Amino acid sequence: MSSHRGPSTFILSVLCFGFAFLYVPILVMMAYSFNDSALATVWGGFSTRWYSALLNNEQIINAALLSLKIAAVSATFATILGTLAGLALTRMRRFRGRFLFTGLIAAPLVMPEVITGLSLLLLFVSLQQLIGWPVSRGATTITIAHITFAMAYIAVIVQARLASMDESLEEAAMDLGGRPMQVTFDITLPLIAPSMISGWLLAFTLSLDDLVIASFTSGAGASTLPMVIFSKIKLGVTPDINALATIIIGTLSLGILIASWIILRSQRKTSAQRQSG
Amino acid sequence: MTAATDKEAPKLPETDFTETPWLDPQAAPFIQIKSLSKEFDDFTAVDSISLDIYQGELFTILGGSGCGKSTLLRMLAGFENPSAGQIIIDGVDISDLPAYDRPVNMMFQSYAVFPHMTVAQNIAYGLKKDRLPNAEINSRVQEMLELVQLQDLAARKPKQLSGGQCQRVALARALIKRPKVLLLDEPLAALDKKLREQTQFELINLQHKLGTTFIVVTHDQEEAMTLSSRVAVMDAGRFVQIGTPLEVYEFPLNRFVADFFGTINLFDATVTSSVQVDSCTHTIEAALDKTGTLVKADCSHQLNQGDIISIGVRPEKLSISQKKPRGKNLTITNGIVEDLAYYGNRSIYRVRSHSGRMIQVSAQNFQRTKELVLEWDDQVYLSWDSSCSVVLPE
Ligand SMILES: Nc1ncnc2c1ncn2[C@@H]1O[C@H](COP(=O)(O)OP(=O)(O)OP(=O)(O)O)[C@@H](O)[C@H]1O
Ligand SMILES: [Mg+2]
Repeated sequence: MSSHRGPSTFILSVLCFGFAFLYVPILVMMAYSFNDSALATVWGGFSTRWYSALLNNEQIINAALLSLKIAAVSATFATILGTLAGLALTRMRRFRGRFLFTGLIAAPLVMPEVITGLSLLLLFVSLQQLIGWPVSRGATTITIAHITFAMAYIAVIVQARLASMDESLEEAAMDLGGRPMQVTFDITLPLIAPSMISGWLLAFTLSLDDLVIASFTSGAGASTLPMVIFSKIKLGVTPDINALATIIIGTLSLGILIASWIILRSQRKTSAQRQSG
Repeated sequence: MTAATDKEAPKLPETDFTETPWLDPQAAPFIQIKSLSKEFDDFTAVDSISLDIYQGELFTILGGSGCGKSTLLRMLAGFENPSAGQIIIDGVDISDLPAYDRPVNMMFQSYAVFPHMTVAQNIAYGLKKDRLPNAEINSRVQEMLELVQLQDLAARKPKQLSGGQCQRVALARALIKRPKVLLLDEPLAALDKKLREQTQFELINLQHKLGTTFIVVTHDQEEAMTLSSRVAVMDAGRFVQIGTPLEVYEFPLNRFVADFFGTINLFDATVTSSVQVDSCTHTIEAALDKTGTLVKADCSHQLNQGDIISIGVRPEKLSISQKKPRGKNLTITNGIVEDLAYYGNRSIYRVRSHSGRMIQVSAQNFQRTKELVLEWDDQVYLSWDSSCSVVLPE
């Protein structure tokens, strides 16, 4: 009966409970970041002192800068390599084992991070023994590790975009005298650019967020932001961590918003194209 | 486009060719396809096709879905590697040239207009890749825009175009490099009926004016008829018949062509007598299976008594009347009108003959009447002249 008048009270309360479960802890944490009291669980009035404390905390600032640097570099390389892999898998003439490669490129998406981290650590250690490089583990090894797993995401995103793209666009360009390289730059890349941008943002976010793989592949000198936070938490929660988390959540939400907006817009474009074509 | 075709476009090549070069033994073919085959794994999509096409022809390849039309066209364009055979255009073997070096351009079924470029940029693309000076590119793009009547839309993106406008962008883009051959894959399939008919004539006019050799792939029999100088009917990777639309329609070589190219009533029959009238005509008489009705037909070759054949008659060649017709060379049968479709200019009757089979008749409505001349369930006589019977091998 009530279904005629919209969702029932039961459905609504389940929905509210679900969302509360997801978001109340985060909101509480954000609220406490403005707490004047040093005790993380007692409200002492509104203040932004933890934010200024954060800005003066060199360890955290350095870790944040390192994380941003690693994220930017790894996202960029992952985008280049992932796009190449996606192009090869969709646009090359059917080659033997193409199916296997398509599966292999997607496998890291479901691989437990602990295993990815461990295997990369083993790789770096044995490389060091064999060819003496990398001399020590640190920012470089973390970056390489992040490139490897973000690349898989980007390859999958680019592949999906290419698969939905009319292949005769590229053939038409070639028919009109475009060499394969020119066709890639004139036609393919402009058309998959939105996917590459959203892929870059995703890779950036994943890298910023990663704790497990970074912990495995990092050395003594280099600590990323998640690593610093995690080590501080072990000594007890302080309100400046709340402030830091609030900033991170704000940044990530913005990134995700932009990424999905770009994806949505390019999807609308393609569907409009289909209708007119 | 009609207005543009009245004006003479400058600088476009004038070609003179006889109307029927394929009948002239002296004429050199412009495109020679020599036993061209394409195999996908163990499936043969194009099966050893040979074909000569002459300069300035509008050649149509007609066939059902999956018969290999697109594959053949894509081999000409250079997107598929032939498994065997040769393609020679204007005396040059292009079989091993990559698509971007071939003197042919293609208009795609999906039009494949580049979505991120404006109309003008789309059309200019081919010339840009040839590194022509900008001034020349601009003037030739302008010329093309005028030819397809898109001057006002030059700055638009494809998103803002209708289907018919996209089609013209694709056409202009494919023509701007002045290819020796233009390949068109189902050029009109994506347009609605009215626009399709109009565009057909524009395409013919354009082709006449430019003198470019066109090869059109289509699965639409009417389109093939109106467009072509010659048509090749294709089935299962092979050409079943090549000829002018008239030849293929009136003198089909076998049941498949007769049935695919237009509508035809087909009867199984056994030859009872065959008499030679002159050097190339034999009048045969055959008994229709089941009923034994005697059918007269003209045939170009000698048949023997007892040969099993098919007799075909096109619906418009049949007369339908309530009075029994008389005539020397007429085949006459009778039946009951079971279905009737009134189209204004003509009516289509489906008559169940006394043997139980359906015969389709198309009759012009000569008279202006208040009621239908024939009604459902009317008893009628059907008749046709022996010259209208098509004799086909079983
Ligand atoms: N890349 C391919 N791999 C395997 N088989 C293919 C490939 N391309 C085409 N074929 C097969 O070859 C046959 C001919 O295909 P083609 O596209 O030439 O048909 P068509 O005559 O153009 O049909 P339609 O009118 O539906 O476009 C089809 O049976 C198709 O399944
Ligand atoms: Mg096709």
